Amino acid sequence: MKTVFERPHSLFDLPYPYCPGCHHGLAQRLIAEVIDELSISDRTIGVGPVGCSVYIYEHIDVDFVMGAHGRSPAIATGIKRSRPGTIVFSYQGDGDIAAIGTAEIIHAANRGENISCFFINNAIYGMTGGQMAPTSLLGQKTQTSPRGRKVQTEGYPFHLCEMLAVSEGSAYIARVALTNPRLIKKAKEAIRKAFLTQIEEQGFSLVEILSPCPTNWRLPPLEAVKWLEEHLMATYRIGEIKVKEGVTNAC
Amino acid sequence: MKRILMKGNEAIAEAAVRAGCDLYFGYPITPQTEISEYLSSRLPEEGKVFLQAESEIAAIYMVYGAAAVGKRVLTSSSGPGISLKQEGISYLVSAELPAVIVNMSRGGPGLGNIQPSQSDYFQAVKGGGHGDYKTIVLAPDGMLGQMMEPVVFTEPQFDPLPPKDWAVSGKEGRKRRFIICFALDPQELEKVNQALQEKFRAMERNEIRYEIFGDEHPDLLLVGYGTVARILKSVVREGARKGLRLALVRPITLYPFPSAVMKEKAVQAGRVIDVEMNHGQMLEDVRLAVEGRVPVHFYGRSGGMIPTVEDTLQKVMDILSREGVKHENGI
Repeated sequence: MKTVFERPHSLFDLPYPYCPGCHHGLAQRLIAEVIDELSISDRTIGVGPVGCSVYIYEHIDVDFVMGAHGRSPAIATGIKRSRPGTIVFSYQGDGDIAAIGTAEIIHAANRGENISCFFINNAIYGMTGGQMAPTSLLGQKTQTSPRGRKVQTEGYPFHLCEMLAVSEGSAYIARVALTNPRLIKKAKEAIRKAFLTQIEEQGFSLVEILSPCPTNWRLPPLEAVKWLEEHLMATYRIGEIKVKEGVTNAC
Repeated sequence: MKRILMKGNEAIAEAAVRAGCDLYFGYPITPQTEISEYLSSRLPEEGKVFLQAESEIAAIYMVYGAAAVGKRVLTSSSGPGISLKQEGISYLVSAELPAVIVNMSRGGPGLGNIQPSQSDYFQAVKGGGHGDYKTIVLAPDGMLGQMMEPVVFTEPQFDPLPPKDWAVSGKEGRKRRFIICFALDPQELEKVNQALQEKFRAMERNEIRYEIFGDEHPDLLLVGYGTVARILKSVVREGARKGLRLALVRPITLYPFPSAVMKEKAVQAGRVIDVEMNHGQMLEDVRLAVEGRVPVHFYGRSGGMIPTVEDTLQKVMDILSREGVKHENGI
């Protein structure tokens, strides 16, 4: 009998703690699959965040370091500069990487720090219960924008990828979504490319993964996917945003 | 052994290199920037890593990352920058990661100024960040930052260090490891805290260091650290010339605090004066140590003002005459 589908070796056989319809589990599985396929689990160190993303360390079978909200790119820098032979990645939500940790991510990218960052963007603070994030959409109702986000008071949705792409230090920047099998395949390619960019020492890589938060969006899971496709993907265009010359195309 | 003239900041940096510092992360701030400048050329010479961070916050988390992989790592700053590092220091304690942090303290609060000060005592010895923790705090004998003095470097002697069997490195050949700084379950977090408290008790048993200087049978005990301790040594010498019997206890560790010797010497002398370059911070620890057995007087200057030998000696003589202590010259 031929095995056509199995759990990645780097993924523990554990139930995810996430709400129904959340894509954290899917994203983490894809990262585990790529770690397996590139045979890098023995030399990979993950840097965990604060927020719903924090549980990744329980699920992927590599060494992990947990730190403070927003600081993962600095921690990853400390690790990578100490042990350049390791593969170092961070896994951060939008409140983490696009609000409190903007200084750390911008400067890690601008230094061309040879690390990979995976950024789960669900346009809201998940673990604290649905407050507005810099990535929340205009008009989006949250616990702290009860009448909908307004430009006059809360400014504009935050396009981290496009900002980082401007820096000469960033080598590979992509935005993906996981709402159908075709997009999941593309997302996995982007994750793989990010790791390969690091393995080939081309510089900083980041993949933004658009993800639904049905609980805090107050939508059933399927409607949340639809809202993501209609609204989130309209504001945050998916695709490869920057591929620096020299970055591998071997996907 | 060769004596060389060095600025305190450079002496600290060179000492770190000789003690095997693998990496340094920092951000410029007066009056300690020479530490960064010195290490930016010296560490790469040794094949080690120097990196200027975008902020004090980033620097302390780079330290956190390097410590997590088991490297010897240093950062340095001054008051305002040390305030920014407090979050990271709390996380380092929680994750039980070792690091060396230099605070070349300056006048506060706020931006304050760049003159010498001891106004960060509470922040350093009482934890500083959030949570229930302590860190070992060392104080020098004299002024370290900007003063130039002759230095003699000795070869550092280390006992064999325990294996770093907790460090992350990639899990090749072993089960994976993780370094965490949280425990969501209350029973778990209390256990974490109890284990940390055990560590702090061990510090209090094993790490206390101090210097005693002056008369073996003093009428007044002087207490001070750092720049003040250097001044108080002059006060003890000047006092002796005037026939005053004075002794100094200089804590080398501010935490753990040398409470037992402080109490013993204070009771022996019958009275204490604590001198600081602030408005009375170590004073609380001195009073706790003395447990009300003898009066504890205080003299403090701040904002970069340094107590002079003359002024301090006058305070000393005022206390002795107020309390009716006779001495040889009958002043």
